Amino acid sequence: MSAVATTTALDVSDLELVYRVRGIDRPVLRGVSFSIEQGQSYGLVGESGCGKSTAALGIVRYLPRNGRVSAGRISVAGRDVLGFGARELREYHARSVSMVYQNPGSALNPGMKVGAQVAEAFTVLGVGNKEAAERARDALGRVQIADPDSVVGRYPHQLSGGMQQRVVIAMALAKDPALLILDEPTTGLDATVEAEVLDLVANLQAELNTAVLFISHNLGVISKMCDRVGVLYGGRLVEEGPVETVLQNPRHPYTVGLLRCIPRGGVRKDAGRLDTIPGFLPQLGASIAGCVFADRCALVDDRCRTEGPEMTEETPGHGARCFHQDRARDLPRQEALEIDIAPIDRSATPVVRFEDLGKVFKQQGADIHALVGVSAAIWPGETLGLVGESGSGKTTLARTLLGIVGATSGAVELDGRELAPRFQKRSQNDLRALQMVFQNPDSALNRRHSVSRILMRALSKLAGVHGAEAERRTAELAERVRLSERTLTQKTVQLSGGLKQRVAIARAFAGDPKLVVCDEPTSALDVSVQAAILNLLVELQAERGVSYLFISHDLGVVRYISDRIAVLYLGRVMELGPADVVFNGPHHPYTEALLSAVPTIDGGGRERIRLAGDIPSAANPPSGCVFHTRCPRRLGTICDETEPPLVQVEENHLMRCHIPLDELRTMQAAGPPAATAAAAS
Amino acid sequence: MSTVASPTPAPGAAPAPVRSEARTARSERLRLLLRTPTVMFGVIVILFWIFCAVFPGLVAPYNPIFDNQLPTSQPPDWTYFFGTDTNGRDVFSRVLAGSRNILLIAPAATLLGTVLGTIIGLVTGYYRGVVDDVTSRLVDAVLSLPLIVTAILIVTAVGNSSRWVVVVIIGLIFAPVVSRTVRAAVLSETELDYVQAARLRGERSHYIMFSEILPNVLSPVVVEFTVRLGYAIFAVASLTFIGFGVQPPSPDWAAQINQYWTLIDPYWWMTLFPALAIASLVVSVNLVADGIREVYER
Repeated sequence: MSAVATTTALDVSDLELVYRVRGIDRPVLRGVSFSIEQGQSYGLVGESGCGKSTAALGIVRYLPRNGRVSAGRISVAGRDVLGFGARELREYHARSVSMVYQNPGSALNPGMKVGAQVAEAFTVLGVGNKEAAERARDALGRVQIADPDSVVGRYPHQLSGGMQQRVVIAMALAKDPALLILDEPTTGLDATVEAEVLDLVANLQAELNTAVLFISHNLGVISKMCDRVGVLYGGRLVEEGPVETVLQNPRHPYTVGLLRCIPRGGVRKDAGRLDTIPGFLPQLGASIAGCVFADRCALVDDRCRTEGPEMTEETPGHGARCFHQDRARDLPRQEALEIDIAPIDRSATPVVRFEDLGKVFKQQGADIHALVGVSAAIWPGETLGLVGESGSGKTTLARTLLGIVGATSGAVELDGRELAPRFQKRSQNDLRALQMVFQNPDSALNRRHSVSRILMRALSKLAGVHGAEAERRTAELAERVRLSERTLTQKTVQLSGGLKQRVAIARAFAGDPKLVVCDEPTSALDVSVQAAILNLLVELQAERGVSYLFISHDLGVVRYISDRIAVLYLGRVMELGPADVVFNGPHHPYTEALLSAVPTIDGGGRERIRLAGDIPSAANPPSGCVFHTRCPRRLGTICDETEPPLVQVEENHLMRCHIPLDELRTMQAAGPPAATAAAAS
Repeated sequence: MSTVASPTPAPGAAPAPVRSEARTARSERLRLLLRTPTVMFGVIVILFWIFCAVFPGLVAPYNPIFDNQLPTSQPPDWTYFFGTDTNGRDVFSRVLAGSRNILLIAPAATLLGTVLGTIIGLVTGYYRGVVDDVTSRLVDAVLSLPLIVTAILIVTAVGNSSRWVVVVIIGLIFAPVVSRTVRAAVLSETELDYVQAARLRGERSHYIMFSEILPNVLSPVVVEFTVRLGYAIFAVASLTFIGFGVQPPSPDWAAQINQYWTLIDPYWWMTLFPALAIASLVVSVNLVADGIREVYER
């Protein structure tokens, strides 16, 4: 392919796609049109079930057996994809298009060494075995795998998630594709790793001049990675345009609503509720006469219900399918803003206090130090946010509090009383005081039980009520978490993710708990549902003065809901302080790096600080400050040899670093550390 | 919650076909089963044998028990479809009446084995650790013994070979097999957070095992039951063949084979037809089992 100035790599026009379910064609994509120029990247965003992955499958022609393109055109590098016969299709897959999926672990063959798998990507192109092996090694080097010679001999399970995704990307780029499709490529990865993978993709794209179709639910990632963005809703592209204008100046009420759902720009719970998008997605394959968003739109009028708006461009290149584009920015709020949160009384006895908590797991003879000397307190009505990469000890801390694992040293106190280390030895009262909302409501609710059975059982065990009283309380509980009476008789499999999470929250609140552990309670949910769940948690806190221990990798969410935040690294608290202080700094170098890794919707923001390498093993933590191996602001030998204590550096703000606070302040005001510092280690 | 009988959705709520959808999933499963021709065939054959077992008098043209009513050792012809045996009894009538024993013992034994195995599987899968290790080794030991040898051993030890002894023997031998399947299902189930949530509200172990986990592992239990049933029929036939359970002159397929197999040349019909009957039942049960497994494990 000789390079013309700009050529269209992908052109999708009026694509209609149906799934045949029980003999009826159900439309999944409704007249989707967009195109990507060579070297450009296009983001497709939308909530689950909007059709974004189906669009990708349609483009690579990997639709399931019951899926079919019913109208429209797809062309890649000027060739009509839908007209391909079996042989052309194989050729197309082999040479023109590549796809990278969300879960690299399942995209790689577990029984085949990495080198052989990457080499396979070359042999299908007709390259000889020996040369393919060499090129595989080069390809791994190109995706910045540090030691390709040793990686080629390893199996996928021996690599970290970030490394696996690099290998997949190396394979995807082997053929120098005209179009690269990335379907949520970083969703399962830690923020720091995600940032590295995104950087890598951006660099390679610039180098290879490939067109990229980037599918994600994360607007921050799209904002960082893409030139243009299309917003999908109910199988229809409702808005499309350059990333900055769509995100800064949205013209469709759905885009406006979506952006309002996301806690960002340092907004916190005392500033008020998050706005939500009420209602539910249209049923898959429902026939819709008017606008797909009409049922949930605050600007809806009769015309919207009968007539589907065309894509109209107010400014060139930025279009929206809405009759009321001019009023979209002033979309009325769906949620009352005000919420009355009582101030926290820190002179009271803390609900929960961790006293020098340590946990050592034995694993194949090695000691894994999951928690080391963790001390913290949570006061009534307060939320303590826990952040840190995976393996930092967040979950272990929560499990130790709940007594699922017993601490090896130190103690957990409830209302100033020491708790038994394991839950089996705790009284029913202590169990009731500490409850949990899990990450995945599918797994947290028994799928064979009805909602009312789940709630009644929780009431009888945690509140000690039975019979008619229990039924009354069940209805009350359901109402408090806004579950309709109808849902009570349903089994949980029949509910949407958001409703399930409400049931799980109601269950945790059955016995009037003092503290609820929330382990990533919204990470499995769409942003509009996430906003509603966060509002609910904040309301329950305002109403009942419950405390939360809130774990999340989404820093915007943590900042919104937390009063104080603890940053964990290798089982140690690196920094602990009020949410705004931790976010605004001066902060610990690790916190600084973590914050800089997160792509923001508003773009710009912080300059990225690259952390060298992966988290060290907790079985063999580094000497001195455990962060010194990756720290971009390492002072010198003191960091390598002496572990700094966790000390109060200013009021309510604790930090574990050798660098004095004032010095950190000047350093961080001056910008990120020089790239050479990071590269040196 | 009887007040919510009418399923009219609240205004602003989602269109709610969810409820009916779950219900259709169940009826869809049944419909799919009955639409499979092999399953249908199996069901018909099984129903036929059950009918014969319940009303032998209605289907058998001659008395299946009394000796010397008919000419002896007649080959099959249009009067005696399956011929007659050396005692002058109609083989056709005896085959039709001979399903009773097997259709009583085999399901009872399978039920016993499934219930026992499910309990063992729940306990070992839930507690793991030492309980699991010890029980699993015992299970391994039982599994390594051939069924017939174990059965003979037990019968000799008990000194009695009535029907119910056979039920208990087969049940005991099947329990470990079932327990393995159930244990595997329970192991993955206990990883789920609802089990953790139950523990965190102070539920006792037996509640968690039987009220929380059991309903979620019923699919493999059902599949295991149908698969085991096929084996049980075979096991019952084998045990009867070597002389446990039913004694002559009661009509029974395996007993008939036992009685006449030495005369197979030239009196082949006395052995062949009861053998075919056993085969038809085993094959039919397995056809149904295959269908159920496919539908449940989809």
